[in-house]
Amino acid sequence: MSDMKNNGQMPGNPTDESVEVNAGEFSLRLYVAGQTPKSLAAIANLKKLCETHLADRYTIEVIDLLVTPQLAAGDQIVALPTLVRQLPEPLKRVIGDLSNTERVLVGLDIRSKTASTP
Amino acid sequence: MALKRKNTSAGTTHLTALRKTPTGIKGLDALTLGGLPAGRPTLLCGAAGCGKTLFAMTFLINGVNEFGEPGVLMSFEERARDLETNVASLGYDVADLVERKQLVIDHVYIERAEIEESGEYDLEGLFVRLGHAIDSIGAKRVVLDTIEALFSGLDDSAILRAELRRLFAWLKDKGVTAIITGERGDGQLTRYGIEEYVSDCVILLDNRVEEQVTTRRLRVVKYRGSSHGTNEYPFLIDEHGISVLPITSAELGHSVSQEAVPTGVPGLDAMLGIGGFFRGSSVLVSGLAGTGKSTFAGEFVNAACARGERCLFFAFEESPDQIVRNMQSVGMNLRQYIDNGLLDFQSARPSLYGFEMHLARMNRDIEQFNPQIIVVDPISAFRGPSFEIHSTLVRLADICKSKGITALFTSLSSAGEQMTESERSVSSLMDTWISLKDMEANGERNRVLYLLKSRGMNHSKQLREYQLTDNGIHMVDAYIGPDGVMTGTARIAQEAREREAALSRKQATERRRRELARKRSAVERQIAELRASLETEESEVETLIQQEEARELTIGSERSEMATIRGVRP
Repeated sequence: MSDMKNNGQMPGNPTDESVEVNAGEFSLRLYVAGQTPKSLAAIANLKKLCETHLADRYTIEVIDLLVTPQLAAGDQIVALPTLVRQLPEPLKRVIGDLSNTERVLVGLDIRSKTASTP
Repeated sequence: MALKRKNTSAGTTHLTALRKTPTGIKGLDALTLGGLPAGRPTLLCGAAGCGKTLFAMTFLINGVNEFGEPGVLMSFEERARDLETNVASLGYDVADLVERKQLVIDHVYIERAEIEESGEYDLEGLFVRLGHAIDSIGAKRVVLDTIEALFSGLDDSAILRAELRRLFAWLKDKGVTAIITGERGDGQLTRYGIEEYVSDCVILLDNRVEEQVTTRRLRVVKYRGSSHGTNEYPFLIDEHGISVLPITSAELGHSVSQEAVPTGVPGLDAMLGIGGFFRGSSVLVSGLAGTGKSTFAGEFVNAACARGERCLFFAFEESPDQIVRNMQSVGMNLRQYIDNGLLDFQSARPSLYGFEMHLARMNRDIEQFNPQIIVVDPISAFRGPSFEIHSTLVRLADICKSKGITALFTSLSSAGEQMTESERSVSSLMDTWISLKDMEANGERNRVLYLLKSRGMNHSKQLREYQLTDNGIHMVDAYIGPDGVMTGTARIAQEAREREAALSRKQATERRRRELARKRSAVERQIAELRASLETEESEVETLIQQEEARELTIGSERSEMATIRGVRP
């Protein structure tokens, strides 16, 4: 993770898409609270990213904590929006509006950290 | 500040006092004059191991048990199960409270390695969780323990700070009374400086080690909108929970009693002008090792229990059994009073805590036992800077005086004339000071006592010898010889000498009396002789006179006869 930061990888940089380490089914859960700009941005960013990198092998569940607040404790939600990777194991989280695609890909182990470094 | 604004906007001029939420921690409520500010967050900070979490838990549990206010604990460090175990040692059944929906424990777990940050976020999730927990049981009290853990779990401290500010404002809007704990940082109250967001009330806990003795202390750093005790106060965590030593009244306003409490030693009662100590006074018994300080204390307690008074005996050098056994040897049966509940012993090694902690403990014991008499044996066991000893003993003496408890302190003097540290520091506090001394003379050691002072009564100024006998303490009349007070065999020798002198004086008197009697009889004899000789003379003279008269008569008659014969006619 720290390698990434040091190299100052910029969002939207052209990346080598051939190195993808996880090939299984992705079960993703996105926690948001209401229709805030951050929530909407996160949902849009996630959909775009999944279409690009995980075509046909992902499921997304969006949970609005304003409707079901009791679910927040179960997945240890503190920050919002939070993206939780339920499957494959182990559990992974990415917080924020997911505008930094690189960080999301690394956070979800879709792309290995070392391979992404040019 | 919020209060002021509200008043202005409402257009009213009268001031409403700040509402307070009692913590149920007695001393703390006393020194904050009622508790924490109601509906506002309070920051509780201190270094690791200060008891922040226990304090916060006690606040919540007391809230449920004593004030019927449900609470929420959001823990960022310990899991719910660990917390339950930790407070179980204080006798709290947390699982039961959770079961009864009076308490919610939510463990917030943040593992940095599991989290990747991408883009903007906020802590709305935390708000949702907390809000849900509060609403689910109608909580009035909230504890966030230790919220600064967020800083180590998340990267963007700018977001965190903004969100914390929002959180505290939100808590205020919710109207819950919150405690936020924070780890003490370098040069500031908390590591990440969150004190700048929680500005209503700040309490600092401290755990200092001085000369290998730990004392926990508490200080109210600030309390907006309320006056409060500003000193550091020792507090105690033990199997009875948390207790803070309350501030005693700063002014000396306690009412005094004229009643005398017998000392248990008749001879000593007689030395004190009123026949004992004043009730509610402080008494110091000081002396060298082996002068019977504890025995005096024992006599005092024994007599008090016999009158049916409740006594609390704080022993710092001996175990209760040992004291009972030792007192048995001088004819006191203290066991019976322990059995019938009039007497209670509290023993502890002085080094177990700092003496301030001892004081906190003693105060709690006094509250619980409600005695008329306490004994502290000895105060010289406390080690520490003299001003601290003084300030704590002042407080103890104050507590006793305000409750009308007669307190007897013993103190071990050092050899020589110098006062020990503890004696010097407490001497002015004591109303009565009995000094026990050893007198060495003629190859033996004897015990004497004198009243160094006794306020408000005329008392004996004499040195008096006393003996520790099978029947308790026995006061003996002292003999003042040319070299001072005579004690022991010297006194006995003196007594013998005096008896001898008295005898010889008696004999001399007898002798004089006999001589006088003899003289008197001699004189009387002489008088008798003189009188006899006088009488003899008298009778002789009488005889002579008679003879003379007779002769006269005879001569006269003869003459007339002769005349007749001669023929002279009358």
